[in-house]
Amino acid sequence: MALMPDLLAQFLQMALVLALAPLLTGFVRKLKGRLLRRRGPPVLQPYRDLLRLLRKEVVLAENASWLFRAAPYLIFATTWVAAALVPTFATGLLYSWSADLIAIIALLGSARFLLALAGMDVGTSFGGIGSSREVMIASLAEPAMLLIAFTVALVAGSTQLSTVAAFMGSPEVGLRVSLGMAAIALVMVAIAENARIPVDNPATHLELTMVHEAMVLEYSGRHLAMIEFASHLKLLLYVSLIACLFVPWGLAPHGAGPAAFAAGAAAWIGKLAAGGTLLAVFETAIAKMRVFRVPEFLGAALMLGLLATLLMFVSRSL
Amino acid sequence: MSEMRTPVPDAPSLGELLAAGRAVPGHRPWPRAVVDVDDWGLAAECLTQGSVTLLGLWGEAEAVHMALLDEPAAAIGVLSLSCPEGRFPSVGELHAPAIRLERAIQDLFGLEATGLPDARPWLDHGRWGFRRPLGNAERAAGAAPPYPFLPVEGEHLHRIPVGPVHAGIIEPGHFRFTASGETIVRLEQRLGYVHKGIEGLMTGADLARGAELAGRVSGDSAVACALAFARAAEAALQVEAPRRAQWLRALMAELERLANHFGDIGAICNDAAFSLMHAHCGVLREQVLRAADRSFGHRLMRDVVVPGGVAHDLEPQGAAAIAAMIAEARRRFPPLVELYDNTASLQDRTVGTGILRPALARRFGAGGFIGRASGRGFDARRAMGYPPYDELEFLVPGLEAGDVDARVWIRIREVEQSLGLVEQILARLPGGPVREEIATAHAVHEGMALVEGFRGDVLAWLRFDASGRIERCHLRDPSWFQWPLLEAAIEGNIVADFPLCNKSFNCSYSGHDL
Repeated sequence: MALMPDLLAQFLQMALVLALAPLLTGFVRKLKGRLLRRRGPPVLQPYRDLLRLLRKEVVLAENASWLFRAAPYLIFATTWVAAALVPTFATGLLYSWSADLIAIIALLGSARFLLALAGMDVGTSFGGIGSSREVMIASLAEPAMLLIAFTVALVAGSTQLSTVAAFMGSPEVGLRVSLGMAAIALVMVAIAENARIPVDNPATHLELTMVHEAMVLEYSGRHLAMIEFASHLKLLLYVSLIACLFVPWGLAPHGAGPAAFAAGAAAWIGKLAAGGTLLAVFETAIAKMRVFRVPEFLGAALMLGLLATLLMFVSRSL
Repeated sequence: MSEMRTPVPDAPSLGELLAAGRAVPGHRPWPRAVVDVDDWGLAAECLTQGSVTLLGLWGEAEAVHMALLDEPAAAIGVLSLSCPEGRFPSVGELHAPAIRLERAIQDLFGLEATGLPDARPWLDHGRWGFRRPLGNAERAAGAAPPYPFLPVEGEHLHRIPVGPVHAGIIEPGHFRFTASGETIVRLEQRLGYVHKGIEGLMTGADLARGAELAGRVSGDSAVACALAFARAAEAALQVEAPRRAQWLRALMAELERLANHFGDIGAICNDAAFSLMHAHCGVLREQVLRAADRSFGHRLMRDVVVPGGVAHDLEPQGAAAIAAMIAEARRRFPPLVELYDNTASLQDRTVGTGILRPALARRFGAGGFIGRASGRGFDARRAMGYPPYDELEFLVPGLEAGDVDARVWIRIREVEQSLGLVEQILARLPGGPVREEIATAHAVHEGMALVEGFRGDVLAWLRFDASGRIERCHLRDPSWFQWPLLEAAIEGNIVADFPLCNKSFNCSYSGHDL
């Protein structure tokens, strides 16, 4: 194995996810604006927002502990590492041999755990509400996500994403009911995890309805920038993950040349655009659900994941 | 809050209540009588029995007034009680809707409502620098006293203080939630943050200044408040606005209703994160405001309604602009209504949320879409029949469900009626002058008016002194009787549904805090 090119590809991927994550969010926002007959914010606005936040002074609550200050960096770091593990334009990246789908779920789970703690740290009522709702959502989203991972692993024989992607791209997959169920479940989990409508509203100003935003209400300046950046990364991660698992075409194989990498990158950007468009259209067409409907929504995802796994035991070909 | 008691057959009628007192001459158009303490108490008893509805309760330096409505007869009367001792028997002790009004009287005039179950200050947060500004004013000493919220007991309850400054650009008000998990056990409001002292400014103002002040009570009801003031002043001075002016006023009132209803329908859906409706309704609202701007020179039509008529006639291109807007709304609105009705995820949020029981709506005399969505069909345009509504055809929609969905539907139906009303007005707009000059009167005159704003019935009462200046003017926004109902409607709902319920009520902070 040639170490240098592998390392280079890995770093390229890490830089790319960082560079493109705000763009995806900006794209979705712009598209939503256009769908609402508005002009919409500029696509590059999320970059400007991050820059603005980085330059701003941090205002901390008097009783904020070290955890409150450390959490944004940890959240950003874990999310970034998780995003670096998902094959975006090429499979067989250097780091991806050391961590699999379950590690990605665990990394995202740690980020959420830290955010929920930070939400409660200052002791405001909104932070507490946000954390409690977030954990309620997580208690169903995470098992559903694990079941999806099991299904995929049972089909592909591995939890390692590069291997899974390679298998999914091969003709031997065929049409499988289990994979269909897992795909639907993954989309549902992705919506909940990214605090999108109908589970949460990323654009709301209503303190009482917030989930994710309520936890970060007390953050400002560079801390908020880190958390915002982590949310951008998370959205990109989930779209990439769905693309890598269920539409793996165009991924550059391990050890391919620059031309294949470029083709892979173009395919990836196309998939991101498609994912972003679907998200914007879906969010425009639906209202937010009641907080207590969220468990039903995620319960459905959990059941789909469970059924998909069970079906694998009934028949290997389903 | 307890259910309304069954009416006693021998409860005195409004006419009998008025006859028991000494009639005050020069109070128009409805009678006013000075009563004694016993009859005041009898009136409070009648209110609890539901034979009359409380329209307003306001103070003066040494008197309190109570406006009553006999709904079946569409009759209004004012009872006055002079209280030289500085106290009067509380109506709120028997009839909850009066509690906040009496707390406000205590704050502003220093008249004590004896027996008032909740004697905490209401409008006065201790930050005015003086106490009882409209009564026997004195400098207030020291810092603002703490405001004790109602105690709540029980395990696993937590409190969520929200506001007065909110995350969005809305008016200030404090909401104290007590929740058990996500379920709201109690909501307590605290208002008064936008007290502007309008009643104090009114005292001693001349007619023109008074009309300006009235138009600034609540920005979204500039026409309704100015209209109530103008009609009360005209009643007092026995002037009648020219026919064309009355029709133009109705045109403005309906445009205001359209703009606000469009805005509300969109905003309610937006609070359920359904921004599509918000965007489209926002466009419609903007078109109404622009048509208003082109027709009357101001988007909110402020300072156009004046005592004696309207300040200026419809701009030449105005009628065409309004007609074009109406045609556009007739084309664009029905698909939006269909969208609202067919979006299951949205219906899931609005249906069954924030139910206001009809009995409570009746008891509080809730006006506007709040009352009409809960079975109280009172509409001042229909019941009082003030011109030109007596000549126009329109329906007053009514529903019984009392939930957010019902309040949206009432607005939708009212939009349809208002579109029809504007068309009728444009088609039949009479010619002639638009303003009658009002000579300064040199005698004491009293007048009152009840007009239908978009939120509900706005009450105006005023008295001119012998020099022709305003001695006392009281403007009662419909929100006074709607805010407490929000507290009742939200009970048992979840915290996350509060914004939706609040928006469906859309009570005024400014009009209430005055």
